[in-house]
Amino acid sequence: MLSKRIIPCLDVRDGRTTKGIKFQNNVDIGDPVAMARHYYEAGADELVFYDITASSDRRDIMIEVVRRVAAAILIPFSVGGGIRNLQDMRAVLLAGAEKVSVNTAAVLEPDLIAAGARDFGSQCIVLGMDVKKVEVSEAIPSGYEMVIHGGRTHMGIDALWWAQEAERLGAGEICLNSIDADGTQAGYELTLTRMISEAVSIPVIASGGAGTPEHLCQVLTAGRADAALIASMVHYGTYSIQEIKDYLHQRGIPVRLHW
Amino acid sequence: MVVIIDYRAGNLTSVVRSLKALGVAGEVTQDPAVVARAERIVFPGVGAAGTAMAILRELQLDRALKAAFDAGVPILGICLGAQVVLEYSDENDNTQCLGLLPGRTRALSRQAGLKIPHMGWNQVRFLRDHPIFQGLPESAEYYFVHSYYPAPAQEDMVLGVTEHGAAFSSVIGWRNLVATQFHPEKSGRFGLQLLKNFLAWDGVPC
Repeated sequence: MLSKRIIPCLDVRDGRTTKGIKFQNNVDIGDPVAMARHYYEAGADELVFYDITASSDRRDIMIEVVRRVAAAILIPFSVGGGIRNLQDMRAVLLAGAEKVSVNTAAVLEPDLIAAGARDFGSQCIVLGMDVKKVEVSEAIPSGYEMVIHGGRTHMGIDALWWAQEAERLGAGEICLNSIDADGTQAGYELTLTRMISEAVSIPVIASGGAGTPEHLCQVLTAGRADAALIASMVHYGTYSIQEIKDYLHQRGIPVRLHW
Repeated sequence: MVVIIDYRAGNLTSVVRSLKALGVAGEVTQDPAVVARAERIVFPGVGAAGTAMAILRELQLDRALKAAFDAGVPILGICLGAQVVLEYSDENDNTQCLGLLPGRTRALSRQAGLKIPHMGWNQVRFLRDHPIFQGLPESAEYYFVHSYYPAPAQEDMVLGVTEHGAAFSSVIGWRNLVATQFHPEKSGRFGLQLLKNFLAWDGVPC
């Protein structure tokens, strides 16, 4: 039976990871490679790197990070943030990432999903969705709208429609982030996650709001998610991946327990 | 010399790195002449069967692989490489494939609530002994990402099965060929163990 995946997300700025203050065992918490290795050994099923570098030479810095991470771990990882075109995708994939995550660029230019799937295969293309709850309207019948720029810009695009459209265009997976829940550590947006996950046949990774193992339990059952993204709850040492997986296993959720 | 076949079907970085971690410098090649000299072949790949077969023929790697198989060279197929070794694939309108093994590649059965592609970690139930399974516990999981699976014509060619809705063959083998639908190069230390077993395998099943 397919295990539910637990996926730590690491923000990278100027080649350095930006969170993680309570690591022990001499892990350099600013070094993406050391962090990747740490989570790989701790039982992460996959990793997500999100590049939040603002500078213009961002790509070269990130490619070097990807290359070093790829040499350090034997599990899949994806890279998102600033993937704007096929060249960006190619560079990241050739450096050793399994997947690229497209977010803003795909909303602005949906053909990027189709082109990426054609050139590199659907399994490489993750659609990142930033979603905000809004009033139900004719334009947004699901009551969930696509947003970009960290939620500051509303796109007038219905999230449910966009998820199905992205699947049709060739996305292999969806990473679904609730802007409302993001950073709260108060639990995932279960209604949104379930709605999207049931509307597409590709896997959905829930993102935003994880604070306790119970939150993961909820989103992987009631939320119908195939995987759960986690950040602060492990970066700050509140929980280990082992603890989270043990908790889920005890509740009958299939997780990978041996690594 | 361990040869890794490059037929422009996806990224070979992780395969190369895994072999390197085991102390083996694999030679990545598109050249049938290099394949002809191989002592051992890794045949990876992701993507669609139709395109893959077209490129294999264009590069004349189809004949090189057949010759290597007939000569008893140990071959490890991975993912798409585990599919195109059969005679046909249901992907891209009944694509004619390499035919090293009888059988065809089929689409995973779709049912309500079941996610396709089958993406993530899953177990393999070993149906038969094989040297490449040495040291691997049944509880081990491996990383999969695929929508099709290899279905050999003979039951004794199915070495392992995995559950996703229904059971499908996830490890197949015959003579000096063994192939996994999952990615050992992405499957942590158990995947590495399988690769290590393959590197030590003389090509004789059991």
